[in-house]
Amino acid sequence: MNNISVQKLKEKAIEMRQTAITMIHKAQSGHPGGSLSAADIMTALYFKEMKVDPENPNWEDRDRFVLSKGHVCPIQYAALALKGFVPYETIYTLREYGSPFQGHPDMKKCPGIDISTGSLGQGLSCGVGMAIAGKRDGKDYRVFSLIGDGECQEGQIWEAAQTAVKYQLDNLAVFVDNNRLQIDGFCDEIMPLQDLENKFAAFGFETKRIDGHSMEQIVETLDEIRDVKNGRPKCIVLDTVKGKGVSYMEDIADWHGVAPNNEEYQQAMAELAGGLK
Amino acid sequence: MSILEKDLTVKKATRQGFGDEIVEIGKENKDVYVIDVDIAKSCKTTDFIKELPNQHINVGIAEQNAAGLAAGLATTGKIPFVSTYAVFGSLRMAEQIRQEICYPNLNVKIACSHGGLTPANDGGSHQAIEDMGVLRSIPNMTVIMGADYYSTRKLVRQAAEIYGPVYLRFTRDTVPMIYGEDEEFTIGKAKKIKDGKDLAIIANGDTVHLAIQATKQLENEGISVKLLDMHTIKPIDREAVVECLGIGKIITVEDHNILNGLGSAVCEVVAEEGNGIVRRIGVQDQFGQSAPYEKLLELNGITVENIVSTAKNLVK
Repeated sequence: MNNISVQKLKEKAIEMRQTAITMIHKAQSGHPGGSLSAADIMTALYFKEMKVDPENPNWEDRDRFVLSKGHVCPIQYAALALKGFVPYETIYTLREYGSPFQGHPDMKKCPGIDISTGSLGQGLSCGVGMAIAGKRDGKDYRVFSLIGDGECQEGQIWEAAQTAVKYQLDNLAVFVDNNRLQIDGFCDEIMPLQDLENKFAAFGFETKRIDGHSMEQIVETLDEIRDVKNGRPKCIVLDTVKGKGVSYMEDIADWHGVAPNNEEYQQAMAELAGGLK
Repeated sequence: MSILEKDLTVKKATRQGFGDEIVEIGKENKDVYVIDVDIAKSCKTTDFIKELPNQHINVGIAEQNAAGLAAGLATTGKIPFVSTYAVFGSLRMAEQIRQEICYPNLNVKIACSHGGLTPANDGGSHQAIEDMGVLRSIPNMTVIMGADYYSTRKLVRQAAEIYGPVYLRFTRDTVPMIYGEDEEFTIGKAKKIKDGKDLAIIANGDTVHLAIQATKQLENEGISVKLLDMHTIKPIDREAVVECLGIGKIITVEDHNILNGLGSAVCEVVAEEGNGIVRRIGVQDQFGQSAPYEKLLELNGITVENIVSTAKNLVK
């Protein structure tokens, strides 16, 4: 854990959002909506919470991060670039031939990616495997996984959840980016998820639901769960807004996987510079 | 003693070979894990559970999760063997195997009992006739089926020793013990059982003993047979197939669909490397049903008689 103030984290979140949007604009391809809804938790994890070393990305005692909703990798790449896992200029190579920044995270090509993801519903199982290994090996690293609310329509998420509870993985923290949208529209219309916090609680997780864009609440929650060794995995449902920080993207499903044009990009960068309202 | 003279009435299931060997491997290497999906008794991993509980995980009836979890374990240096039935291990887990195991080239082994028609009375739903073909199509994957108990043990051990994803397929039912305990096997290298000059038979898994019996009959009738046990269909032993092109007449035998299994893999090499005629004996692109195992083989022409008559037609 790094000592960093909430104010500094908020400033980092601005850089994170701007970096992700710049990347997607340059590539003219990628997923801005979910990258922005996940930006605040990703900032807190990478700049405050997680024990990682850009100089030694495969350090065996590092905390692990699994981006189960792999399509929002621009926000993870932003963190890796800003932390120095790769040179910052790498952001201009997103989705290009030979780039470590593949369209979806590739652990063989990019330092700091703990598992390749991209097919929804599968990442959490990998996180469970990492957490079991940590327990069995007597290591104190933790495993963090970000999953989407729409992704929770996949049955495998719940297979992984029941396993996390069975194996008492209190070293696993799952964050649900509850932005209420998926490609075709609102989750409630496509396939209602009901109350995800209650669902994870029913599986046996220790749960909490917070405003996923309040850095204060995120930091408070991370502080709360950090040292809780009670044999229960944690699930934090983050109420978020898809496209958060860019007015014309907010809550619009069509910004799931579309890149901004030059004019839209200028407007987005200007709006993001002021931080979240 | 030549393998052709072996008493083929002594039998053991190759799933037992996996169950016995994995305990030994697990004792020697604490990083070797077994992940069960409830059916440990059937997959013969109960000894492993008893002896090595800290290297065992049972995720219940959730194959997709088992594959993903294994990938996560492998990122930490473990060597997980996911143990299930072939129909689930190839198809239920197919996308997880592709995305989370083969795409990142992680060191996960998929060890599957109930290969081919061997879960005979369980019916067509449980007979994996397309598994090896499906997994052969995924980059980084190695695909293996041993012919008997001891060869399976050797191949399981080697699978644990090489880096990368491996699919291992076993029989539910007992099959004849063909090889001695000290016989050596190498993944990717065909086992030459016998040399010959009129015809080559390339078989694998539970059909090797049928090929041996057919070879004996053919030899008695003056046809000289070269016989290979092609336990690894990917990577296929190209060199061994090319050597058969000197004879030019090849029969493949497998307990798998004739599409995309051993026969197809051999045909690919033959077509690319030279002139040769291949006759494929295997499951005739049709689902099975509940029936005695021998009856199912017969319905598909996977019999000693059919190998012999196909051979005679070919050398005529």
